[in-house]
Order: sequence, then structure tokens, then C-alpha cells
Amino acid sequence: MAEATQKSYYWTGFRAGVPFVLVVVPFGLLFGVVATEAGFTSLQTMAFSSVVFAGAAQFAALQLMVDNAPMAIVIATALAVNLRMAMYSASLSLWLGDAPLWKRALIAYVNVDQSYAVSINKYEDEPQMVLSDRTAFFFGAVTPVCPLWIVATGLGIWLGDGIPDWMALDFAVPICFLAIIAPMMRTMAHMVAAVTSIVVALLLAGLPFNLGLLVAAVLAMVVGAQVELWTVRRAKA
Amino acid sequence: MSTGYIWIIILILGVGTYLIRFSFLGLIGGRDLPEWVLRHLRYTAVAVLPGLVAPLVLWPTATAGEIDPARLSAALVTFGVGLLTRNVIAAILAGGGTLFAMIAITGAY
Repeated sequence: MAEATQKSYYWTGFRAGVPFVLVVVPFGLLFGVVATEAGFTSLQTMAFSSVVFAGAAQFAALQLMVDNAPMAIVIATALAVNLRMAMYSASLSLWLGDAPLWKRALIAYVNVDQSYAVSINKYEDEPQMVLSDRTAFFFGAVTPVCPLWIVATGLGIWLGDGIPDWMALDFAVPICFLAIIAPMMRTMAHMVAAVTSIVVALLLAGLPFNLGLLVAAVLAMVVGAQVELWTVRRAKA
Repeated sequence: MSTGYIWIIILILGVGTYLIRFSFLGLIGGRDLPEWVLRHLRYTAVAVLPGLVAPLVLWPTATAGEIDPARLSAALVTFGVGLLTRNVIAAILAGGGTLFAMIAITGAY
């Protein structure tokens, strides 16, 4: 009986994950193309996508590496992009914290923006789900997305240099980032944080080692948190 | 870019990213996380990505840092459509379409 519901939760999760194929495939393809263009070997590109497994951070790192930024800056910036996953990890642990260690270890590896978002929504909508239902749903939601990230990267490598100059591939990365950022502008605090990040990054663009971006990011986080506090206080008053 | 530079970055980013993902789920448990930490973590993505993109949009390497009408309008359309539709794919398609249309019109890339 329990096995039957787990199976059905797996497939409910699977269906919830399917639409994200449309995001992951072009994004992974693009990473393969851009990394190859930047001079990565096929092995390096595939390793990047399967070991790091985080699109936005991979593009951020790649951009800085092309600019010959020092290693410490590349790592600090890309990890900063991924810090949001600490938040995902914290909020998932409320629902999945009692799962066996090997399951949590696997969940951590495949925890990407999309799987996090659909799973948390589901858990909050149906709090009566038991632990095994929740993990089944989570693994279902990542199944259509995660393997395709690596396959799409491979396809991108294969397409590689076949892309002509007029396609302005240099600008594919900014467009992808902008498309990801725009829907994140949920509250006033998010918007003010984004504007802070832009203004400070532009003002400090002359700093060595791309340090300006790190300073901008830290300031923007603090500003976002402060605006949130202020909004909450004002709503209560 | 040297081979060592690339491999070390891949390795450290891989381990670091995994530790970030595993952190609370694996070791600490989110139950005890102070609210002020969560409040800052909420803004990490919107704090990093816009600052990363802004110089690429205003001073593209492809035009040696000159402001480029095609790239600038593509960026604005992408962001605008993303804001209005909250749909990543729609925003990418609209932005890409604008970029190619502008390149076709101006003939410059």
C-alpha cells in the first residue's frame, strides 16, 4: 500500500518537473557551447556540469575565467551565487531532515532551483504527506531535469564552433541571467537589493580582481534584508 | 587559461557547492537557524546576479566596451518580459528575438 502511494508521488513529482525541461535544455546547451568557445576541453566542460551542477554559478565562473580573474575571486563569486542554496537546504531540512543520511546526501546533490521550488510548494500544500511520500515526490521532480542538464551540456559541446558570429553568442549569458532574475523581483526588498547590486557593481567596476562584484553582492544582501525588516515593521504599525 | 586553473576551479566549486547544498539538510538542521541569517540568504541571488550582468550589458566585450544599441535593447526587453510574464522561456525568446532583429537592422555585431 505504502509502496503504491510512493510510486504515485514519484510520478506526481515527475509531472511537476517536466515543464522545467524547457529551461534546462537550452541553458545546458548554451553552457556547452560557451565553455567550448572559451577553450575548455570536452572533458572539462562535462566535468564542470556534472561536478558543480549549478547553471548560474557555472556561467558566472566561466565569465570571470574568460576575463582572467584570479582563482580565489572566481571561486568566491561563484559560491556566492550558490549561497541561496543554503537557504533551500535549510527550508528543505524542515520537511526532509528525518530521511536517512544517504537520501539526504543524494537530495543535496540534485537540489536545484526548480526542484526546490516545486517540492516546497507541494509540501506546504499537502502537509499530511509522510516522509517517504515527500522524498518520492522530490526524486520524481528532479528526474526529468537533472540528467538532461548533463546531456544538454554534451550537445552544446558537439554543436560547439558551428555557431556563426552573427548569433552574438557573447550575449546569450546576459540574456539568460536577466530572464532568471526578472521573475525573482517578488517584493520591494528584492528590487532594492537588485538595484543596489547593479549600482555598486558599476561604480566599483574599476577595482582589481573583480572585487567590485563581491562588495556589491554583500552590500545588496544587507540592503535587501534591511528593507524587508522595514517593510514588515511598517505593515505592523 | 591553464589546465590547472580550470581543474582546480571545477574541483573546489564542486565541493563547495555540494557543502552549501548539504549544509542544513545534512549536518546542522534548519530548525535552529536564526531568522536574521535566513533573511540575508533570501537575497543572495538578487544580490549577485544583477551586479554580474550590468557591466556585460552596458560595456559588452564584443564591441570593446562601447554601448551597443542591439545588446542594450535586447537586455531591456528580456528583463521587461520576464517581469511581466514571470516566464523565463518567454523572456529569453523575446530578448533573443530583439537581439537578432536589431543586428539585422543595424548590420553590426
